[in-house]
Amino acid sequence: MTDIYDVAIIGAGVVGAAVARELAQYELRCVLIEAADDVGTGTSKANTAILHTGFDAKPGYLEARLVQRGYKLLKAYAEQAGIPVEPIGALLVAWEEDQLAALSGIQEKARQNGVFDVEFIAVDELYRREPKLGAGALGALEVPGESIICPFTPPLAYATQAVINGVALRLNSPVQAVERVADEYFIRCPQETFRCRYLVNAAGLHSDTINRMLGHEEFGVIPRRGELIVFDKMARGLVDHILLPVPGKMGKGVLISPTVFGNVMLGPTAENLTDRTATDTTAQGIASLLEKGRRILPDLLNEEVTATYAGLRASTEHDDYQIHLHEEERYLCLGGIRSTGLSASLAIAEYAAERLAEAGLELRRKAEFKTVKMPNLGEAFPRPYQSEEMIRQNADYGRIVCHCERVTRGEIVDAANAVIAARSFDALRRRTRAQMGRCQGFFCSAEVAALLAEATRLRVETLIGAAL
Amino acid sequence: MNTLNADVLIVGAGPAGLAAAIELRRLGAGRVMVADREQQAGGIPRHSNHIGFGIRDMRRLLTGPAYAARYVSMAEKSGVDIHTETTITGWQDGTCLTATSPNGLMRIEARAVVLATGCRERPRAARLIPGSRPQGVFTTGALQNFVYLHYQKVGKRAVVVGADHVGFSAVMTLRHAGAEVAALVTDLPRHQSFFQYKLISADRYRVPVLTNMKVTRITGRRRVEAIELTNVVDGSAREIECDTVVFTGSWIPDYELAFYGGLAIDPALKGPRVNQRLQTSAKGVFAAGNVIHAAETADVAALSGRYAARSVMSYLNTGAWETAALPIEFDEPIAWVSPGLIAPGSFAAPNGSFTLRVSRVLEHPTLAVWQGERRLWSKVYRRLIPNLPVYVPDGWLPQVEAGGDAIRIILSQS
Repeated sequence: MTDIYDVAIIGAGVVGAAVARELAQYELRCVLIEAADDVGTGTSKANTAILHTGFDAKPGYLEARLVQRGYKLLKAYAEQAGIPVEPIGALLVAWEEDQLAALSGIQEKARQNGVFDVEFIAVDELYRREPKLGAGALGALEVPGESIICPFTPPLAYATQAVINGVALRLNSPVQAVERVADEYFIRCPQETFRCRYLVNAAGLHSDTINRMLGHEEFGVIPRRGELIVFDKMARGLVDHILLPVPGKMGKGVLISPTVFGNVMLGPTAENLTDRTATDTTAQGIASLLEKGRRILPDLLNEEVTATYAGLRASTEHDDYQIHLHEEERYLCLGGIRSTGLSASLAIAEYAAERLAEAGLELRRKAEFKTVKMPNLGEAFPRPYQSEEMIRQNADYGRIVCHCERVTRGEIVDAANAVIAARSFDALRRRTRAQMGRCQGFFCSAEVAALLAEATRLRVETLIGAAL
Repeated sequence: MNTLNADVLIVGAGPAGLAAAIELRRLGAGRVMVADREQQAGGIPRHSNHIGFGIRDMRRLLTGPAYAARYVSMAEKSGVDIHTETTITGWQDGTCLTATSPNGLMRIEARAVVLATGCRERPRAARLIPGSRPQGVFTTGALQNFVYLHYQKVGKRAVVVGADHVGFSAVMTLRHAGAEVAALVTDLPRHQSFFQYKLISADRYRVPVLTNMKVTRITGRRRVEAIELTNVVDGSAREIECDTVVFTGSWIPDYELAFYGGLAIDPALKGPRVNQRLQTSAKGVFAAGNVIHAAETADVAALSGRYAARSVMSYLNTGAWETAALPIEFDEPIAWVSPGLIAPGSFAAPNGSFTLRVSRVLEHPTLAVWQGERRLWSKVYRRLIPNLPVYVPDGWLPQVEAGGDAIRIILSQS
């Protein structure tokens, strides 16, 4: 007889992990089911890493409301949980007359969304603030609240907090079938079948597939690929704000933004696909980004590239989030959460709990809700190699292994022994930044592999994916 | 924070840094400290386990690890203070730097600093190669680390990208680790090494050298499954099945410490700009080895370090710092020239020459050094090949007019 969970959440991306964390506050038995070998490996890992105020969302939409609320919640949570956030502000730069004319409408929309500090910046002032900006800008809107955030830590923090507060996390568990028999759901995965009373679908790119297994067809996921280029840290001095394009008929366009790791990011492209695994970068995508980047920040093109990658957003044929509660069935679908999902995550989770309560889920607060403090990955906050105190306690925090990102042996060992342990290079990268830097492992990959293998008791061959 | 004092702080214990340190001690410098971020001193040769090291600087033929070990032991015998696992993290001011080590944070106050931080290869991402991002993509440095320092096999069937000396050495490393090498590819019309190197690696293991081919895509989910090659001349594409890709060559200095110290950076070299006395733009700070010319062979880097030591010594003794400088100007197809500045009045260059690289194969070109309308030097070459060093002897330096025009190095083809 397998256990019966009160709630099962399918998908441990930023949304599913946030829901698990939210429900972990209550006297409930929950399981978080994830197909991949780690949390946050889908849309959550490859995005533009911006904490949005929601100034440009469509007023009145659920997305607008949840992004605004999520922004406040995540900002507060980030401080408590050690998630790096830098409130550097955004400049929405107009390059054409029609874009300049559109700025007042955007300012008005921001007001409707409750973002009141958006101001027009004349061209002289714009170049004073961003002297390296390419020639030809006509003016800008300043959005002071837009912030940059570590994209990797939030899902990890949420899932970790969920787990230490009693949620069961099952990785490597792709859902093959979901059936409802009487009052129970049976969720079939290759290793295990989970039983639960309430079901939450947070399967991101696969949320429509799960939805269909349950006989619902409110939406279909259209994977929208976004390719991005990350430039070396030496480019960081070129730009002080998030440089946003003015959205137009041709979509949102590409942005240039510093990252909390001290790099500069250029992207994303936007391309609707059918393949939900197509995270390949393309020659055309890279070329088009470079061309657009050259206009916005010409000097950026002289800098070395550290990484190129592509992510898939779970967009749908609809403009808004696809959050549907099937009260009778005790099923909540959290679909169509696009690139704003990171910003909105905590508000989506809060909203999800409210909706589940509507369907009869009893929410009784636990006596204690343990907090988490995640290792800091951001440049704006102290890191172990800079801390006399940490090195005194453990000399391994003074042993830098990944030189480009200054990741110490102590951090790698910690990640391998974390509540949600790193068991692959990618998982380690998201927890420590190891091998994320300019040399991409020239100096350290063998050493990092040996350390991770020792700490996890995995073979190096497994880590490097070699069948030898 | 502890403070250490040194007469000279050398950053990097590779051939250039250690050779500089040994020479400084020989010339009578007091406290010479070398900081290296790795667990072992010796630099890249530690894991370049093939013959060919030490020819110009030691007059011996050694393997990389033996060569590195020899430098470390010579440095220790000369009283050089080597600190491993010590990362220089930044600058406080002038020649005072900060460091992290297992012993904690340190401030190192030196009278002079030599940057010998070496270079690395551009990885796949920096070369903007599209496709998926599976495991099994390496640089030669990573490959050697796995194979020679960790005794680790890396894959079964590999393609090596790049056909200079390093590409051929990667073939040998892969064979040593039991991998088949499907091909060695270069986007240039010929390989860029010596026929002897090709003979002992590609020819010996029957590895085809595919020229005029660039990598246009990598496929595979968890692990590399294939790479796509496109002919740069006719645009035709083909795919090679493999589980391993090694990107070799395309060297870039590890110059971030120089950058964060506010030193002038040479845009062509992507390293600190130096004059022929190896002085950077910051008083008391010198640079030597592959951080100023990525990449020369280890012995050339070592000789650069040895040469820097003499400049450092003269600075320590006199306190005199060269401020006048004439830039060296050049155009395509010259990729870079090192050193990139001339301090008038100094009539020698490191190892008696300036070093440059060309960006395409040139038949019977003339290389000439000009100042204004005066031609100071010229030479006709049979052939110049990218990725192989071209040395311009320094005999014309006394003819340079101190207040005159910039020096121009011009390549022409008749």
